[in-house]
Amino acid sequence: MKQRFFEHIGTFVKYQNLLQELVIRDIKVRYRKSVLGVLWTVLNPLLMMIVITIVFSTLFKQSIPNFPIYFLTGSLIFSFNSEATTNALYSIIGNAPLIKKVYIPKYLFPLSKTVSSLVNMGFSLIAMFMVMIVTKAPFYSTIMLLPIPIAYVFIFSTGMGLTLSAVTVFFRDIAHFYGVFILAWTYFTPIFYPVSILPETALGVMKLNPMYHYINYFRDLILYGRFPGLKENFLCAVISLISLTIGITVFYRKQDKFVLFI
Amino acid sequence: MSKMVEVDNVSMMFNLHSERIDNIKEYIIRLLKKELFFKEFWALRNISFQIDKGDSLGIIGLNGSGKSTLLKVVAGILKPTLGEVVSHGNVAPLIELGAGFDADLSARENIFLNGAILGYSREYMEEKFEEIVSFAELEEFIDVPIKNYSSGMTARLGFAIATMNVPDILIVDEVLSVGDHKFQEKSFARMKTILDSGTTLLFVSHSIEQVKKMCNKALWLENGQMKMFGDTNIVCDAYSNH
Repeated sequence: MKQRFFEHIGTFVKYQNLLQELVIRDIKVRYRKSVLGVLWTVLNPLLMMIVITIVFSTLFKQSIPNFPIYFLTGSLIFSFNSEATTNALYSIIGNAPLIKKVYIPKYLFPLSKTVSSLVNMGFSLIAMFMVMIVTKAPFYSTIMLLPIPIAYVFIFSTGMGLTLSAVTVFFRDIAHFYGVFILAWTYFTPIFYPVSILPETALGVMKLNPMYHYINYFRDLILYGRFPGLKENFLCAVISLISLTIGITVFYRKQDKFVLFI
Repeated sequence: MSKMVEVDNVSMMFNLHSERIDNIKEYIIRLLKKELFFKEFWALRNISFQIDKGDSLGIIGLNGSGKSTLLKVVAGILKPTLGEVVSHGNVAPLIELGAGFDADLSARENIFLNGAILGYSREYMEEKFEEIVSFAELEEFIDVPIKNYSSGMTARLGFAIATMNVPDILIVDEVLSVGDHKFQEKSFARMKTILDSGTTLLFVSHSIEQVKKMCNKALWLENGQMKMFGDTNIVCDAYSNH
């Protein structure tokens, strides 16, 4: 058992370079031939924010003082997860030619997708800081703790990505369904509306939505300058670890069969 | 002599229906009809052999006899249904040249990507970069995206990357016939150099001549079963007379 563990660590180190190359490839290919290139990672959330602000800000003027930042904090975290998981979902079936020809630890494919989404998220944070400066929002010292919720979401997304990529190999329907699921999830997450507009029952259900907790955590740090208590940290960590455990278990059990189904 | 590859009683089963069951509706229908694991196909049955360091094994047989499946099992791409494969040392698979090339990236970028796929570090690839480019004769086109390459150019690049290092075990599936006549000679010479430095080779070919020239042992597969294993000349002659 112990020896197996060290073997795993060994291959992980050996293939770390590949992980890096896959992430670089992802980012390069995505922005190839676009004039503005990587600048789009900053522009995209900015433009999105402008559209949503024009549409919704008057509606929620009373309950949300700085609407642009409220929206950006929510949407950055949410799209980090949705982008990471959607890309991870296709990562195994999309790399079929490679998996059939060379031995590579297969978890690298979904993992590389979550890592490149993480890099993207990093760029998008620049957009958020820019808007914070423009709207003269206060910079609290708690902003230094930003890596914590990002790490929670990263672990959560990696777990989901592993599960989705493995299950999609056997049931391609998931790929079609997931787009709808993400749309529903977007509306069921307080990204552009305040939680206060929800009725009591909906709020109870909302607490089962992992993204709700992550986004709250993120907003606490940036918008309200407070550090979430032990309870919130515990909750977020547990959700992330459950997701990761499920992901690793499902992936590990199914990975030898992938090559027969792709 | 130290053993490099030990194949112990390996059998590989494919489920011929599995290809089509990839949506839930189909799955449930077949589950109800009890057809789910209906048609089994054994591509390999009870294969056992060992090869020592410095050996080169030619695998011969008709189309569909399981040669490529066997190579994939040894390379670790397929996990055998039964039995076990143990290989000692790093394996360089040349199952298909240029597997893992990204058509949108340039040759320069693909060299690093492909190197990483084979498990080499970036520094090592930087060191070998010039050698690869000059072997593949692609100096002029190094920054052109691969999708604009001819198939011969892609294959040359793939071959150059896969063989720039001397691996412990080299697995080759019919890739020596890439490129024009000149490049074939060059790649053949490269293979010889690699073999002379003590690499263990597993080699699939339809050309008995090539097998005789390159290998000291041969394995004859027929319908997924071992028909004969031993000295190249004996096995090859038996196969030719068959």
